[in-house]
Amino acid sequence: MSGYGVTRGLKAAPSEQITLIQPMRGWLALNLREIWDYRELLFFLVWRDIKVRYKQTLLGASWAILQPVFTMVVFSVFFGRLAKIPSDGIPYPIFSYTGLLPWTFFAAGLANGANSLVRDSILVKRVYFPRLIPPVSAVVGGLPDFFLAFLVLVAMMIYYGLFPTLASVVWLPACLLLALMTAMGVGLWLAALNALYRDIRYIVPFLTQFWMYATPVVYPSSLLEEPWRTLYGLNPMVSVVEGFRWSLLRQSQPRLSMFALSLVTALILLVTGAFFFRRMEPHYADAL
Amino acid sequence: MPATFTPLDSNIAIEAVGLGKKYRIGGVIDRHRTLRDSLGGLLKRQARALRSLGNGARRASQPENVIWALRDVSFTVQRGEVLGVIGRNGAGKSTLLKVLTRITTPDEGYARIRGRVGSLLEVGTGFHLELTGRENIYLSGAVLGMRREEIDRKFDEIVQFAGVERFIDTPVKRYSSGMYLRLGFSVAAHLDPEILLVDEVLAVGDAEFQKKCLGKMSDVAGQGRTVLFVSHNMDAVRQLCHSALWLERGHLLQIGPTADVIQAYLADTAQDRAGVAFPIMNEQYGIGLNDVRLTLSPAEQGAHDLRLSLEVLARQAIPRVGIGFELLTNMGARVAYLDERLTNFIFDMQPGINRFELECPAIDRLLAAGDYVINLWLTMANIDALVALDRAAALRIPGTDLYGSGLYVDVHKHGPVLLPLRVRRLEPALLEE
Repeated sequence: MSGYGVTRGLKAAPSEQITLIQPMRGWLALNLREIWDYRELLFFLVWRDIKVRYKQTLLGASWAILQPVFTMVVFSVFFGRLAKIPSDGIPYPIFSYTGLLPWTFFAAGLANGANSLVRDSILVKRVYFPRLIPPVSAVVGGLPDFFLAFLVLVAMMIYYGLFPTLASVVWLPACLLLALMTAMGVGLWLAALNALYRDIRYIVPFLTQFWMYATPVVYPSSLLEEPWRTLYGLNPMVSVVEGFRWSLLRQSQPRLSMFALSLVTALILLVTGAFFFRRMEPHYADAL
Repeated sequence: MPATFTPLDSNIAIEAVGLGKKYRIGGVIDRHRTLRDSLGGLLKRQARALRSLGNGARRASQPENVIWALRDVSFTVQRGEVLGVIGRNGAGKSTLLKVLTRITTPDEGYARIRGRVGSLLEVGTGFHLELTGRENIYLSGAVLGMRREEIDRKFDEIVQFAGVERFIDTPVKRYSSGMYLRLGFSVAAHLDPEILLVDEVLAVGDAEFQKKCLGKMSDVAGQGRTVLFVSHNMDAVRQLCHSALWLERGHLLQIGPTADVIQAYLADTAQDRAGVAFPIMNEQYGIGLNDVRLTLSPAEQGAHDLRLSLEVLARQAIPRVGIGFELLTNMGARVAYLDERLTNFIFDMQPGINRFELECPAIDRLLAAGDYVINLWLTMANIDALVALDRAAALRIPGTDLYGSGLYVDVHKHGPVLLPLRVRRLEPALLEE
């Protein structure tokens, strides 16, 4: 295994660590320790993204709320009222919003992750830091928006007189983590590919749209029969949306087999994404 | 590469052994390639593989179009040494710095570096226009590898050095380019690395700013730290560097005492332009020099006009591109440094080829006899050096017997200026009584 790294074991003062620079070939270790060493940069990049996002726009942070709320209104009118898509007996607005909330986080994370290396190409071309940092910060940077949009959900639940299950204390963070892992996994794949092939940026919008219709955001998954409904869990976002609906709206039962399947898919995406990203790493500075 | 390394001698700051970096053209990784190109390439390779199977011969994969930006470069830099890196454009100087700062990885060999590496090639790196000066100090500091606690400690000093106290909570998009540059430089300069890498070409800006860069560099060198200084300015290299390293087409030609290396470098054909492959592009901005041609055309009274025709190739419209010009003697002493701030040679570039002509009438009435070289560069918004072409043209000034003494004014003996000094006797002589 070759790669950049600090050669430890050579006796030197802490400030005089010896850095070994040599060719990087093949599959590289993830060097998670190095990412930990650079955690402050990760923090500052997340902070920059949030700050800039809210500074540049007229309405600032309210976009985090307006975006899913408007989408919810549009969906309620077209899918709920006009198309009369069933929502398992739950008012369509809150039905679609519980789906849109994790979905918006996921879609933004995927798109920002895919764009992260291109966005920070000047940094990548001029300074060394672990290259995993831009995509990780881009995906994690969507969390504040999620929490803001979550406040709307709380308000809506009070309005509709719905109360979450006790288990939601565990389920919601678990589902959010699952969404984060999936967005990160796909984001890493796309970020690496986007740095090398500029076609990717045209693919991302289609992918996101297609993926949304493959996820029960606007319709309930009860439309599917078994065993398809469990297999549906191959798409981790299905479990995320189902988990949100179940724990917040007490709709249906948690399906552990489906959740396990989703978790496996998400883990595979994340691990392969991270290693693929590292494998392509020597090319970023030259290809961007 | 060796599986185990011998401990690095504690006096050595940088050790490079057989460093090589190649760029493939039309190969596996290329700039901005598209999926279609890659898929096409894949099919072609498969087809080739099939064909060679048919031939019954397992041929080695086709030699791809490979350019070695660096090859076989080995050297060591002692702790506290100030090493100048010289060489013409495309010689591999920037690639060497990129490898040593770990921005790009070598394809061959290895290097070992003792301590933190900082570089002044990333002035303002990580800055975001929407953020304030204060916010950008933290952001840029983190990008360059400073800890938050370290930035807190140095914050006041950074602000003071940059001289932007009053604007520290203003978004940097409102800064003048000078302020922006100073703040960026100040952050980078306070990194206090054990090894400092400076690329003068990239760190343009006004003369005052350059002076500041050089001043900081000699400070750093004075503290016994190691400095690598990439420059086209032979005067500066001579003044600042103990030793120099000369790169040519990716190879290390010479390393040794500064004076020797500079002399060898400058003697190496002021005329030889074979190393320059036009166009010299800045791919990021899609602009470059397409051609440079020097002519001396006869003018009145046996004098000659200098005409430098310049073709700038722009892939898109780029506003306000400055043209910089520097005239040096072939020993590297500066005769004239005319940047676009001084001359206001600033033009909007149209897509395609933009032609310019720089003209200096009767140049051989201004300069002493000897060989000169001309450096040219393009800049944008006073910040970015887009392209710099070192020794873009060579100029030979024939001797002029200005004083009718039968002798020429010679650049090396008498200085570069042909000063039309006269003396007149005031008659009548005053006789002392």
